[in-house]
Amino acid sequence: MTTPRVVVTGLGIAAPNGLGTEEYWAATRAGKTGISRITRFDPAQYPAKLAGEVPGFSAADHLPSRLLAQTDHMTRLALVATDWALEDAGVDPKALPEYSMGVVTASSSGGFEFGQGELQKLWSQGSQHVSAYQSFAWFYAVNSGQISIRNGMKGPSGVVVSDQAGGLDALAQARRQIRKGTALIVSGSIDASICPWGWVAQLAGGRLSTSEAADRAYLPFDEAAAGHVPGEGGAILILEDEQAALARGAEVYGEIAGYGATFDPAPGSGREPGLRKAIEVALADAGVDASDVDVVFADAAAVPELDRIEAEAINAVFGPQGVPVTAPKTMTGRLYSGAAPLDVATALLAIREGLIPATTHVEPDPGHDLDLVCGQPRTSDLRTALILARGHGGFNAALVVRAA
Amino acid sequence: MATEAFTLEDLKRILREGAGADENVDLDGDILDMEFEELGYESLALLETCGRIEREYAITLDDNVISDAKTPRALLDAVTAHLAGAAAPVAA
Repeated sequence: MTTPRVVVTGLGIAAPNGLGTEEYWAATRAGKTGISRITRFDPAQYPAKLAGEVPGFSAADHLPSRLLAQTDHMTRLALVATDWALEDAGVDPKALPEYSMGVVTASSSGGFEFGQGELQKLWSQGSQHVSAYQSFAWFYAVNSGQISIRNGMKGPSGVVVSDQAGGLDALAQARRQIRKGTALIVSGSIDASICPWGWVAQLAGGRLSTSEAADRAYLPFDEAAAGHVPGEGGAILILEDEQAALARGAEVYGEIAGYGATFDPAPGSGREPGLRKAIEVALADAGVDASDVDVVFADAAAVPELDRIEAEAINAVFGPQGVPVTAPKTMTGRLYSGAAPLDVATALLAIREGLIPATTHVEPDPGHDLDLVCGQPRTSDLRTALILARGHGGFNAALVVRAA
Repeated sequence: MATEAFTLEDLKRILREGAGADENVDLDGDILDMEFEELGYESLALLETCGRIEREYAITLDDNVISDAKTPRALLDAVTAHLAGAAAPVAA
């Protein structure tokens, strides 16, 4: 028996440089940034003041008041992105058996903004003032749960929490569930925690850029790399069994062809970090050689040591300057668990158009010896793309997508 | 605090503030004897609603009010009974 192929049939994007797939792709191919000074709260007293905020999102235009009362910003974005992804896939969930559809998303922090509001009520007004919805609105699994309830999806569902790597780990888990027999899984991730509570938590991690110039703040693989700018948003993807998708005449963006995940050895062990192995596992899983890969979407930490580790892993597999590498997330900031699903969506759009979007504002450090696509996007015949994501604490994930 | 009446209008306002309103339900219709579930409110929405009533009216509802009051009329009766009972001690 052959393993069923799993394909992407719908995209729903909420990104700092564009709300909706069309707006996002138009901005991304043009190199338009979504990074600017924080507006969701006054950042004056914090050392980091820039973020990638999703523009022009009015939840009340899309969601009923019953949901507004019980959802964090990230959940509202995720619910609307899911609506768009299902529409894009031509799927009406109400017309399908409820146990044939599941939801597997990733999360890095949960609903921080909602949680902050309730904690403020707790300490300033007392426990009587805390919303009953705090019981789940902050929770990591809440996006999966709310998507499941809104769309009547009762098949295998869950959430993966492994920081930025989780965005790929969730897609891999979705693929597993489809291979085990579920026809459709809503996957990907939307993350958002641009509120004071989320901000101080991220500052404590020590990896935020403190630059106040939007075009100098997030410079992965640049000698001036000095941390990242956080962003909010991500992408929701509709994954289906290829046969089922073709049978209903769905348009297919591409196949989730391979996946690998590793964990770094203990700090100080002197052993090689796990990213190279994750790439090799993903390529082997997809049944492709390094020479088949047309573009790599980098994790792009913009922390010099982490950039070096990533460049070494890429060069170990592909050879120096051996494959075009890009980081369109330089236009959005790092979206935590939302980053890699957005990169996967971007890779599928890049394959469709034959265009590698650029890494913006970066002057590549020649020491990394990468063929980094900078300044201008690059036209190229693309069939196979590799997406990399690393999570704080040692998570590595790699995913291969292939043209349908 | 003097004894206050707790009316259907008060309940509708608190429901909307705390839990929103289902777009397929007309709260301004004849809802007194409809079940909360039909109105689109699950147990957590009622927990939130009762919490807000308790705060606003400075009363403590019995735990079983949430499970027993299936309709707006039943909840209004339960709150009114508490307000009558609580009036003296709260005023003192």
